[in-house]
Amino acid sequence: MPELTFREALREALREEMKRDPKVFMMGEEIAEYGGSYKVSQGLLEEFGHERIRNTPLAEAAIAGAALGASLVGLRPVAEIMYIDFSFIASDQIINQIAKLRYMTGGMVKVPVVIRTQGGGGVAAGPHHSQSLEAIFAHIPGLYVVMPSNAYDAKGLLKSSIREDNPVIFIEHKKLYGESCEVPEKEYTIPLGKGDIKREGKDMSIITYSRCVNFALEAAAELAKDGIEVEVVDVRTLKPLDEEIIISSVQKTGKAMVVYEACRTGGFGAEIAALIGEKAFDYLDAPIRRVASLDSPVSFNPGQERYILVNPEKIKAAALEMMGK
Amino acid sequence: MPEIDAAKLKEIYTIMVKIRFFEERAITEYRKGLPGFVHPSIGQEAVPAGVCAFLRKDDYTITTHRGHGDIIAKGAQLDRMMAELFARKTGYCKGKGGSMHIADVERNILGATGIVGDGIPIAAGVGAALKMQGRDSIMVAFFGDGATNSGAFHEGMGLAAAWCLPVLFVCQNNQYQQSTPTRDYCRLSDIADRAKGYGIPGMSVDGNDAVAVAEVAREAIERCRKGEGPILIVANTYRTVGHHMGDPGTSYRPKEEVEAWKKKDPIKRLRQQMVGNKMATDAELDEIENSVLRELDEAVKFAQESPEPTPEEALEDIYA
Repeated sequence: MPELTFREALREALREEMKRDPKVFMMGEEIAEYGGSYKVSQGLLEEFGHERIRNTPLAEAAIAGAALGASLVGLRPVAEIMYIDFSFIASDQIINQIAKLRYMTGGMVKVPVVIRTQGGGGVAAGPHHSQSLEAIFAHIPGLYVVMPSNAYDAKGLLKSSIREDNPVIFIEHKKLYGESCEVPEKEYTIPLGKGDIKREGKDMSIITYSRCVNFALEAAAELAKDGIEVEVVDVRTLKPLDEEIIISSVQKTGKAMVVYEACRTGGFGAEIAALIGEKAFDYLDAPIRRVASLDSPVSFNPGQERYILVNPEKIKAAALEMMGK
Repeated sequence: MPEIDAAKLKEIYTIMVKIRFFEERAITEYRKGLPGFVHPSIGQEAVPAGVCAFLRKDDYTITTHRGHGDIIAKGAQLDRMMAELFARKTGYCKGKGGSMHIADVERNILGATGIVGDGIPIAAGVGAALKMQGRDSIMVAFFGDGATNSGAFHEGMGLAAAWCLPVLFVCQNNQYQQSTPTRDYCRLSDIADRAKGYGIPGMSVDGNDAVAVAEVAREAIERCRKGEGPILIVANTYRTVGHHMGDPGTSYRPKEEVEAWKKKDPIKRLRQQMVGNKMATDAELDEIENSVLRELDEAVKFAQESPEPTPEEALEDIYA
């Protein structure tokens, strides 16, 4: 099976869906000749032309609002917001219009919009290009939120998101674009709302998503050397959330750690922790543990950035504490 | 272009009367206890009636929180609108939207936004899709003068201009951003000059003269349809009542100003023009008004007799 990078897998998903459905088109800043800031759409202009690979003015509210407008008259836009940090400019359109138009009209319209964006730290990009803001969108009824952790999932989830009749905020992690894994040539999709066990284990569950899945797997490999078998649950989509896979893993292991790159306070992992508290409390034999980034903007200074952000060592240390070692 | 004929003027007159009477009736019903807000556009009726007079059924519109008039002018049913104001299940939005969010997708009325200016980028997107699909429909975005201060206005106009989209932007300049007069927030003496910043045509028109509005709109609609790109029309008019039901509209504008604008009432003015030019008789126009009043009685009755949605139905329509 060929290996593809996360970036290539996303590009394949976009190419396949645009070929399959003439209603699908892309719009965003610098996505055409430049190929997108992280080169996801590189080469698509040559294949689909400017009509379907549309560079926009630097105007995020217009990107999101126009995506909504296009979806109302029969198209299926995939809009790119270059950095999730910039999504605040678009967030009025995303939160007040895209998420609510169906509801406000009593179900009269469908809003098949995908907002692709990328977030996360680890590249010394400073406070305006490193945030993890998924909790804000997961908080809003009417939106779906998808955060893949590897190339295989990214392709299958993006294809499903494009076919979805509800608006999807599709959040890529900038540090994952170059990561590779096996991706079949044969077409496949991954349904939204279905998590995935990335590593089986019996001693404790780590519930996480996006780049933190890799961190959890690294920590799990280390912990295995100490005889601790960690189960890594990748929820893959925050909304809809696969509650079942979380609860059944916790039932099995009796210990739950939630890992996320966003700031600790009010992060989506807090929601997962609350869910476990409500629905699996009786199976827990230790308090739920959150391992997240510190409550700070992401500093430019690489040493400070490392200090702030979550990493495999922090996960491992917390796991050892939980296991009483 | 040929002069607007008597039949078309009667249509415009009927629409203006429908808007006026609908809102007057809505105000009456709100005073009796309807929930929420209502933002009337009384005094501004010539703008939507004139603009929509030459739109086709397959053209699209979007409007704002002060949008009853724009929605009626594009052909929405008064009974389902009234039922929405009553928060009933038979309302356009099943009672979930209220006065500020009425849509009628079958009539290409794509909705109304409670966030001032937000319809403008959405309109650009509709225009983009129409152009990409090779259709010759156009999109019309209605908004007020206050919206022209928003980032959404700037971003949406910029995109529509850059992509040369078939979008007609109609600014209903009622002289006040809620309570702040235009001169306090905008250095331009003519809001239509904002169009220059986007390299598109901008034209202003007497928004209390339905015939003038219709003539300007007819030309703009044709140009949009031919693919010449977006156009901004600024119709200068006046809201002779308050911002909403809780505002008498007296604290921020002189009584004399309101009275002077009331004398320029667009409905009376069109009546005088039509009767003066022998395009209609007073009796004919009286009959139009009586028939609209009857329609409104029916609409209120329909709303009153319609069921409330259940509390549990609140959780429907969040996702498709």
